[in-house]
This record gives sequence, structure tokens and C-alpha cells, in this order.
Amino acid sequence: MSYKIFIPRDSSALSLGADKVYKEILSESKKRDINIEIIRNGSRGLFWLEPMIEVETSKGRVAYGPINISDINSLFDSEFFLGKKHNLFLGITEEIKWLKNQERLTYARVGITDPVSIEDYEGLDGFKGLKNALKLSPEKIVQEVADSGLRGRGGAAFPTGIKWKTVLDAPSEKKYIVCNADEGDSGTFSDRMIMENDPFVLIEGMIIAGLAVGADQGYIYLRSEYPHAQKILNEAISIALEKNYLGKNILGSDFSFSLEVTRAAGAYICGEETSLLESLEGKRGMVRYKPPLPAIEGLYGKPTVVNNVISLATIPIIMDKGANFYANYGMGRSKGTLPIQLAGNLKQTGLVEKAFGISLRELLYDFGGGSATGKPIKAVQVGGPLGAFLPKEQFDTPLDYEKFSEINAVVGHGGIVAFDESVDMSKMARYSFEFCAIESCGKCTPCRIGSTRGMEVIDKIKTGVDQEKNVSLLRDLGDTMVNGSLCAMGGMTPFPVISALNFFPEDFGLEKTETSA
Amino acid sequence: MALSSLQSGKIAVYIQEYQDKPGALLPLMHAIQDDLGFVPEESYKPISKAYNLSVAEIHGFVTFYHHFRTHLPGKNILQICRAESCQAMGSEKLENYCQEKLGIDYHQTTKDNSITLEPVYCLGNCACSPAMMMNEEVIGRVTPEKIDQIIKEARES
Repeated sequence: MSYKIFIPRDSSALSLGADKVYKEILSESKKRDINIEIIRNGSRGLFWLEPMIEVETSKGRVAYGPINISDINSLFDSEFFLGKKHNLFLGITEEIKWLKNQERLTYARVGITDPVSIEDYEGLDGFKGLKNALKLSPEKIVQEVADSGLRGRGGAAFPTGIKWKTVLDAPSEKKYIVCNADEGDSGTFSDRMIMENDPFVLIEGMIIAGLAVGADQGYIYLRSEYPHAQKILNEAISIALEKNYLGKNILGSDFSFSLEVTRAAGAYICGEETSLLESLEGKRGMVRYKPPLPAIEGLYGKPTVVNNVISLATIPIIMDKGANFYANYGMGRSKGTLPIQLAGNLKQTGLVEKAFGISLRELLYDFGGGSATGKPIKAVQVGGPLGAFLPKEQFDTPLDYEKFSEINAVVGHGGIVAFDESVDMSKMARYSFEFCAIESCGKCTPCRIGSTRGMEVIDKIKTGVDQEKNVSLLRDLGDTMVNGSLCAMGGMTPFPVISALNFFPEDFGLEKTETSA
Repeated sequence: MALSSLQSGKIAVYIQEYQDKPGALLPLMHAIQDDLGFVPEESYKPISKAYNLSVAEIHGFVTFYHHFRTHLPGKNILQICRAESCQAMGSEKLENYCQEKLGIDYHQTTKDNSITLEPVYCLGNCACSPAMMMNEEVIGRVTPEKIDQIIKEARES
């Protein structure tokens, strides 16, 4: 009999030495003549415990972590392969509070399965959503998605059902499904985790999208910084092809769908949907004017669904368990769950999938455990480099698209980056402009030039040059960028800048005033 | 610098391979750079002829994307993440440490040609900040000691 051991292959786990742990456990087991079977599963997303290994026992899987190479001898000495205690023993994995307190719907399988095992996927409800969808009319599928209340998880939060309906109603011989996997926001990694740890769920979601709107071709536009995800996706696609989940006459139906991965080339702006389409067409990623919407005239001028990875990966569970099941989670108009990514200066970083409505404070302290450095958390940035900085006075804001919008902040793609009190917020504001200057496509003047001028104005404020005038100039510039840019790059860069200025004026060498806080 | 006949031959093969593919430039440039290490400007002319594009359009395409380079890099490419999450965990000190240790700035290559240093804006490893990437290997919770080790290994490889 062999003992079953799980060692993750997620690239964050690998970045902490999971491959070395794998090799060492393998060689030690041979040395000791212990028969083990190693499964390279995905990560559960408890990254402060990675590399975290698991052992199958009669009571369920038990976990150990974080594992160092130097721990492996003592793990074998204490017979970890039997699930016995060790000082890195974490108990039954599913009972770890951090994991137990989550509501994993989109992430139901992540970390449990071998990402490229289609048997594992099918064994845990995989392709049930597709099989249901194949029995329905396109209108019914679109209605189900609309009823679920799912909104675009890339950040714009546009209702997915409405987008699909537009594409379905657009008459055309050719339509496309494009998955936006250009996850460039700092503090986010939920797309990467889905692609590396449960690629079939994305593939299934894209097939259903194709079925719903009448598209037979899909592209995954994947950022070049994710080589590991690319390998896993390609492996999963070829397995799905073999099993006829992709290709011609899927599962004996009339429906055919082909799917390929296109590797991007390191331009943040290509996460913007029209710029992405330009790039896919083999051009510079210059933002397009809207209208026409991509749903009407998208890739090569054809009706195109452009959805984020998480939106598409959430479709299978909606089609499996029904719109109501999904819509019962969440609050207000923010239905369902969001895979939240805890990053930056936090003790317990990782992936927390929760229904909308959880407060930032719960995320930062109950899940995050406070800052990694032990110093007080001064600010958090939610929703990537274009999201506002929130001071501790706003930590009770519930995660909800509308509540965030009321305080000029965004939920975005659900990334939360925490900063301790050592952060200089004027530097962060300056960096926001610098990033915009580096990544702007250059089409709109406020974004292309305003970003550089913004850096200069902040420098002047900091060195005490005409502070009053320059603060007003900075606000004016922010206004111009918000109102005078075609897309969110220029249109939202002022959010982090102005929030930093409003809440942390002392970091700019300004006096804290009544209006500032 | 003129291309070797081997390089020109490879480029010609890739041009043909992607000729009929919609949106060919993106996969074509990746294929060229993955093989040769860079996209030589000398490739613009044959591409322009085969794909019916102007040389300016091809130049515009290549220079738009941070990933593509028009000069051969060092044997290894070290990317340091400069984005917010890594900044929150002290990446700026690591950037300085790396640059001092290697004696180069971003977009430069060490004298021994072993390492080219590049900035990167997020590696999706934000739960393990600060992060870097050596070639295609992501490294998390980077410390100066880890940098020393990575650089040593790269120089010996």
C-alpha cells in the first residue's frame, strides 16, 4: 500500500520551493523504503503556509506547513505519511479556520484536485454545468446567467447576462468568446490560480459562453508573465479536445467550439477590453472608441464576448446548481461570491472566496491577521493600481460594488494590498502617475501627458513649491484625466492619487485639514 | 549588425508558419524572440513584405510591448517586481540591492553578460511579496540572501 501525499504545483507555492520539497520527499521516501504516491495538486491558497503539503488519512486530508527542506527528515521521523503529529502539523485541511470560514463556489475544486486530471474534475461536479446547458436553448442559458446576478469580475462589474444577451442578439455568422486573462493589477492572482489550479473550469465556462451566444471560437488572452499558467492551460485544452469537450460536435451535440491560448506581451493596457482585441488582432494595443461595443463589433469586427477569467469560471457552477443558488449569496446588487486576494503587508496572505458583504476589517484582521511587520496598517489599496487608497476610518466598508462606489473606491478584481505605517503615501501617489506614464497606450492626451505632469506636480508639492497652487493644479489635473480619458487607465489613475492626498496630506508635507479627512 | 544566415533562415520559417494566422504578429514575434532571444530589426523588412504591412507598423508593434526587445539580452533575465504589493513589502530596497550588486540599472546587462535586469509590474505572486522572476522561475519572499544565491547560480550556469 502506498501513502498519498499532495504537494502543490501552483506557481506561488513553487516560488517558495514546492518543487524542492517534492524532490526531497521523493528521495527521502526511497532512502527509507516507504512507498508513497505524490500528487501535484493545486494550492489551497493559504500562501502564508506554503509550501503546504497534505496527506490522505481515513479522517480526511491533513496538512503540514510551511515546509522547509530542513523539516523533511523530522517529518519522516514522526511518520507524517500516516498523518501523525509534527510541529508543522495543521490538522485536517478542511477544518483550518481560514479555509473553513470561506464560501468557495468558483474555487470549489482549487487545491483539492490535480489541475490537469480530467477525472478529478469530473469527479467533483466538473462538466455538469455544460451538460445541463447542452439541454437548454441559448436564450435560456443567457437568462440563467442574468438571473444569477453575476457581474464582470475583471473590475468593471458589468452584468454578464446583459453582455451575453447583446452578443446573442447580434446577427452574425461568426462570433467570438475572448477570455481576458491579462491579470495585470498588483495584488491580484485569482485568475492565475484558476488557470493553474483548475483550468477545466475556465474551459467549461468558455464552452458554455460559446453555446449561449452562438460562438464557435474562443481565445484566452494570457499575460506573458504567467508562463506556468500557459503550460497548464495548453495541457488541459488538449485533454479536453481528446475527450470531446472541445472540438467538433461536443458530446454528440451539434455544437462545435475550438479554443486557444494567445500569449500577451507585457502591456498593462491590454487588460482593457478594446486594447486587448487590438492586440489579439496583431496590432498595437491602442484603446478603441466605444461605441461600437465589443459585443456588437469586437474581434475582427464580429460580435464578441470579452469576459474575465473569474466571470467565465463562475458560469459552470451557475449552470450546475442554478441561478438562485448563486444569487442567494451576497448583498444588494452584488450577488454571489468574490475570490478576494489578500496581498502586500499582511501576516496571512492568500485567496479568500467570500460572499459580498464582508467588511475590509474582517478581511484584514480576521483572515489577514494584521500586518506582516506587526506595525499598524495605515492604508489599503483595493482593486489594483487604479483603485483608491482607503484609510483605517473606512475599514468597515462592506465589500459591495455600490458601497465602494459611494466612497469613490472600487472593488475591482478583488485584490487588497495592505501597507503598514512605514509607507509614504505621497510616494505611492507619485508611483500611480509613474505607472500610468509607463503603461498608457498614448491615445488620450490627459493620460499620456497628464501622468508625467502629475509626477512633477507632486514633486513640487513635496518640496514646498507654491503648495496651495500646486495642490489645486493636482486636483484639476485629476479632474481632466477622469473626464477626458477614453478608458480606465487615465480615467482612474487619479483615484489613488487624490485619495492619498485627501487622507494623508501630511505625507505630502501639507497640514491635515478638516476637509482632508 | 547583420543577421547570420541561420537567424535569417529561422525568421523566414516563422514568417511562413504564421502567414495565414489571424493576428499573426503577436505569435510571430513571440516565436522569433523565444528562439533568437530578441526580435532583430532586420526582420522587419521580410515580415513587412510577407504580411503586407509597412516597416513602421511592425516597428510600432514591437516597441509598444514591454516584453519584446530588439537587442540580444544577457544569458539570464532577472525581473524585479516594482508593483504596489511588493513595494508594501520592501521591494525598493531589493531593487537597490540588486542594482548595486550587479552594477547595472534596469534594461542593462552585466559586463560578464550573465544577467539582464528588467522591472516588471506584477508577477501574480502578491501573496508572497516581494517577488522576482529569473527567466521563467518565480521566486517569492525575496531577501538579499536569496538574491545572492540566485545571482551566484546564474553566473555559474
